[in-house]
Amino acid sequence: MAVTVRVPTPLQKITGGKGEVSATGANIKEIFADMEKNFPGLRERIYNEDGELRRFINIYVNEEDIRFLESEESAVKDGDVISIIPAIAGGSR
Amino acid sequence: MGFVNGLRCRECGKEYKTEAKYVCEFCFGPLEVVYDYEGIKKILTREKIASRAPNMWRYRELMPIDGEVTISLPVGFTPLVHAKSLGKAWGMDKLYLKNDAVNHPTLSFKDRVVSTAVIKAKEFGFDTIGCASTGNLANSVAALSAHAGLKAVILVPSDLETGKIMGTLVYKPTLIKVFGSYDDVNRLCSEVGARHNIAFVNISLRPYYGDGSKSYGYEIAEQLGWRAPEQIVVPIAGSSLITKIYKAFKEFELLGLIDGVPTKVFGAQATGCSPVTTAVKEGKKNFKPQKPKTIARSIAIGNPADGFYGIKTINESGGWAEDVSDDEVISGIKILAEHEGIFTETAGGVVISVAKKLLDQGRLDPRKETVLCITGNGLKTQEVLHGHLDEMETIHPRLEEFERVYKKK
Repeated sequence: MAVTVRVPTPLQKITGGKGEVSATGANIKEIFADMEKNFPGLRERIYNEDGELRRFINIYVNEEDIRFLESEESAVKDGDVISIIPAIAGGSR
Repeated sequence: MGFVNGLRCRECGKEYKTEAKYVCEFCFGPLEVVYDYEGIKKILTREKIASRAPNMWRYRELMPIDGEVTISLPVGFTPLVHAKSLGKAWGMDKLYLKNDAVNHPTLSFKDRVVSTAVIKAKEFGFDTIGCASTGNLANSVAALSAHAGLKAVILVPSDLETGKIMGTLVYKPTLIKVFGSYDDVNRLCSEVGARHNIAFVNISLRPYYGDGSKSYGYEIAEQLGWRAPEQIVVPIAGSSLITKIYKAFKEFELLGLIDGVPTKVFGAQATGCSPVTTAVKEGKKNFKPQKPKTIARSIAIGNPADGFYGIKTINESGGWAEDVSDDEVISGIKILAEHEGIFTETAGGVVISVAKKLLDQGRLDPRKETVLCITGNGLKTQEVLHGHLDEMETIHPRLEEFERVYKKK
C-alpha cells in the first residue's frame, strides 16, 4: 500500500526538507519501518529506547488519531494520508 | 531583569534558549521554563511579597518574564474564601474556595496565563497573538490584547455558548468559528501558527503561558498563611493548571517560603470528557483520548496536551481523580450558589460535585485543610441552568396577590 506521510518541521531535516513523503506498508508499524530505510535516523525520533511510540507524538490516519483505531497495527490503504503531529499541538477529530 | 535561564524538555532534558518554542525538536516533549532558583532565593522573601500590590505580579521573580510588567490591569490575587456554610453541610471545618470566578478582567483564571503570554509576546516582538479556545481563553485573549495594544486572532468551536462569543467580540478581535471540537480547533491553530507570524498563547507560547497559572498556587499558599493545603481539588481540561499548582507549592518549598508540601492533589472532570480521571482510576500511566460529550465545555478537552503530567502529579502527590455526570455538574453549580453565594460555571460545578463524591468515597478526608479550585464565572454560561431552577410567578401589583404567592413558599 502506498501512502503519503506528512512530516512535521522538526523531522524534515531527516527527510531532506520534504514535508510530505511516500511510504509503503499494510499498517502504521510497517510504514515507519519502510520510512527508516529511506530516511535513516527517523525511527529513533518516533520511538523511545523501549521501542514504544514516544509519548508526545500523535499519529493520524486520514485525520483520525490511531489511538481510536488499532494503534500501530492500524491498517492503511492506498492513498491514505498519515500525519505525525506533536501532542502538545493537540487535536483529535 | 528576570530569572529565566531558558527552556528545557520535560522528557529528554534537551535545553533551548528563551524563544517562542513549545516542543522539543528531538523527542517532541513539552518544554518548560528553567529558572535561576539560587538567584531568586537570595532576594525573594515573604515580607517582600507581602509588601507588594495585590495582584499576580507580586511573585514576578517566579514568572517567566525578562523585563518589566508591561500591562497595568491588576490580574490575580482573588479571594480565598473560607466556605463555612458548605463546610458545615459536608462536615468540613477547613474548607476553602479559591475564587477565580472574580479574577480580573474577564472572570476566569485564564487572565493569569494570558497576561503572562501577552507580556512575553511583546518581549519577543510579536504584534499579533492568538488562541484556540473553549470560551474563557477567547474572552481573556481578546480583552488583554486590546489592553496591551496587540492584534488578536481567535478560533473557537462553532457551537460555543453565546455569552462567551459576545464577551469576546466586544473587544474587536478577529474571531473565527470552526466546525468541530476544541481539539480540532487547536490542531488547526498549530498549523496556522507554523505558517503565520501569530503567537498562539496556548501553543507557541505554551511554556510561558502555562507558568502564569503558578500564581494561583502561590496565592493559595500565601493566603492560607504561608502553607500548602493538605488537599486540593482541581478541574482538568488540558491538565496544565493541576501540574502548575503543584509546581508552585514545590517552588515555594524550595525557596523556603513554606515548610513542606503535604498536599494531595485530586483531579476533577466531567464523565463525558474524562481521559485523565479514567486513566487514574484504571491505574494507567497515560490517557487514551476521548471525543467530548458534556455540558462542561470549558474543560472538554479530549486530548489534553499535559494529560500525562497531570496523571503523574495526581499519583505522586497521593491524590486521586473522579468524574461526574452532567446532572451532577448542574447540582454542583446550585450547591455552591445556595451555600456560598458564588455563581460558578460548569467547571466549578464539576469541582464541587467531584469533591462531594470523593468525600462520600472516603478519598477526601473531611478533617483536613482542603481547597476547591473555582476557575470560572457562571454568568458566562447561564444557558446550562435553563429548566433546572425554581419557576417564578408573575403577579399584579396587589398585596393579596403577593401574599398568595409568598404563603406557598
